[in-house]
Amino acid sequence: MEIFIPDSWYSFLPYFVELAYLVAIVLFILGLKRLSSPATARSGNKLASLGMLLGVIVTLLDREIISFEYILAGVVIGSLIGAAVAKKVEMTSMPELVALFNGFGGAASALVALGAWFRMASGSVLPGTDLFIMGLSVLIGAVTFTGSLIAFGKLNGMLKGNAVVFPLQNAFNQLLLLAAVFGIGWLLAQPMELAPVLLITGISLLLGILFVIRIGGADMPVVISLLNSLSGIAASFAGFVIDNNLLIVSGALVGAAGLILTNIMCKSMNRSLMSVLFARFGGSGAAASGGDNGDKSIREVQQTDVAVMTAYAKRVIVVPGYGLAVAQAQHVIREVADLLQKKGVDVRYGIHPVAGRMPGHMNVLLAEANVPYSQLYDMEEINQEFFRTDVVLVIGANDVVNPQAKNNPSSPIYGMPILNVEDAKQVVVFKRSMNPGYAGIENDLFYNENTYMYFGDAKNTLEDLVRSIKEL
Amino acid sequence: MESLIFNLFIFVLACFVGFEVISKVPTTLHTPLMSGANAISGITLVGALAIAGSGSGTAATIIGFLAIVFATINVVGGFMVTDRMLEMFKKKREDEA
Repeated sequence: MEIFIPDSWYSFLPYFVELAYLVAIVLFILGLKRLSSPATARSGNKLASLGMLLGVIVTLLDREIISFEYILAGVVIGSLIGAAVAKKVEMTSMPELVALFNGFGGAASALVALGAWFRMASGSVLPGTDLFIMGLSVLIGAVTFTGSLIAFGKLNGMLKGNAVVFPLQNAFNQLLLLAAVFGIGWLLAQPMELAPVLLITGISLLLGILFVIRIGGADMPVVISLLNSLSGIAASFAGFVIDNNLLIVSGALVGAAGLILTNIMCKSMNRSLMSVLFARFGGSGAAASGGDNGDKSIREVQQTDVAVMTAYAKRVIVVPGYGLAVAQAQHVIREVADLLQKKGVDVRYGIHPVAGRMPGHMNVLLAEANVPYSQLYDMEEINQEFFRTDVVLVIGANDVVNPQAKNNPSSPIYGMPILNVEDAKQVVVFKRSMNPGYAGIENDLFYNENTYMYFGDAKNTLEDLVRSIKEL
Repeated sequence: MESLIFNLFIFVLACFVGFEVISKVPTTLHTPLMSGANAISGITLVGALAIAGSGSGTAATIIGFLAIVFATINVVGGFMVTDRMLEMFKKKREDEA
């Protein structure tokens, strides 16, 4: 670097670097701000990436950095992998990808904190407060890393989605946490010893696994949001260790974003964060009260019936669930909506916050199928519309339209906000079979007077529907 | 100790800024928000650069190198995939117009 900059300028370099970091922070904040509207969001993302580029380039000017081979190699390898994955990934797999990236972020932050210790070991000793933060940083980063890997495995089906529960699990986890805290204390007492560093790292990695493995598949939106938050906090704490404001602020911004989303997800499922993390639910909730379904009957319909119902309706609301995405039926439902709109039908989409596998996932899937975002409505917005709607098409959704959440206090989903589809004149439920949904809870909606069941694979049934509407 | 307290001030204030800015993001954009924020958390790359390049022994260099790889995947992949998603939202706007 000396080649480019005269020596006398070096006294100003630290100021320049810090000011550039400040600019990068401003770019991050403006970028996040612009994410609040679909029209400006893309430019916001670009601003944020510009901030990142600035931060990296300025850091390389630092005189402390003397060798560039490893830096170059690392950046090239990382960029190639990141770009390849980002280009290839299916939109249905976004939750897995975000989980994986969260994990990598956490791993990087833990490594930075560890690296700071190893750097210290060959030089001067860090003060106690820094060692304490270093320990915390490794703990959070490593928990984020292995926790995210488990979440990744559960989301893409490599691991079973069920909550893995064993006796005394919470007590064991607490014991591990205590051991990690002990490790940090040990490190403070003997800052040059490798053993406490290894202890903290090892326990944290194990803790991440155990912490996510006990959480069922249905709660994954909460978990990804929380891990997202943790990856930010890990970066922030790494910033404490190396005394870098850019890391501290950016990490805090991400930590706050993740917490907000975690909170929204919890509210949408009427669960407290504590019960998601420590109570038993999701995937194993088969103990749900089925009620007496002895003499209840369902009304089955075929594509021609649904075609007539919808084509001669004034207002139709589509309620998509994850089943729609699994069947890859996003494009076909848009085709149905287009046909209906040509016939003058008002078509909207009512989207429950936990319709997908992560916050806002369903919106992305529909956007991919070219559904205009002006037709997508939040739960609060759409719930007032159902009573003046002629037909609701429930596709691949179950628990989010289950009236038990409102009127059965003994139901495990009681209190969860739902889409009030039963207020509409007619409801058509697209469903593979009468099997209960993800949480294994009986759905009273299916037995209502005005509910019609249309059985089959979501994609096939919708394709049949397209044909029938065209024939009208 | 002094720098720790100073950093803590910055951390807490930044959290509040984050809450303010992000609470306005609509549900439609929550997934891109998360992946974009995720890319920003890759800022730890800046720390990794300092560790890997400071010539402080093999252990620190290897650890720094690994941190760079992980963080760069996070940054590059995160921003790119977010852009890919947001492009789909943008397209819709032009269709309507």
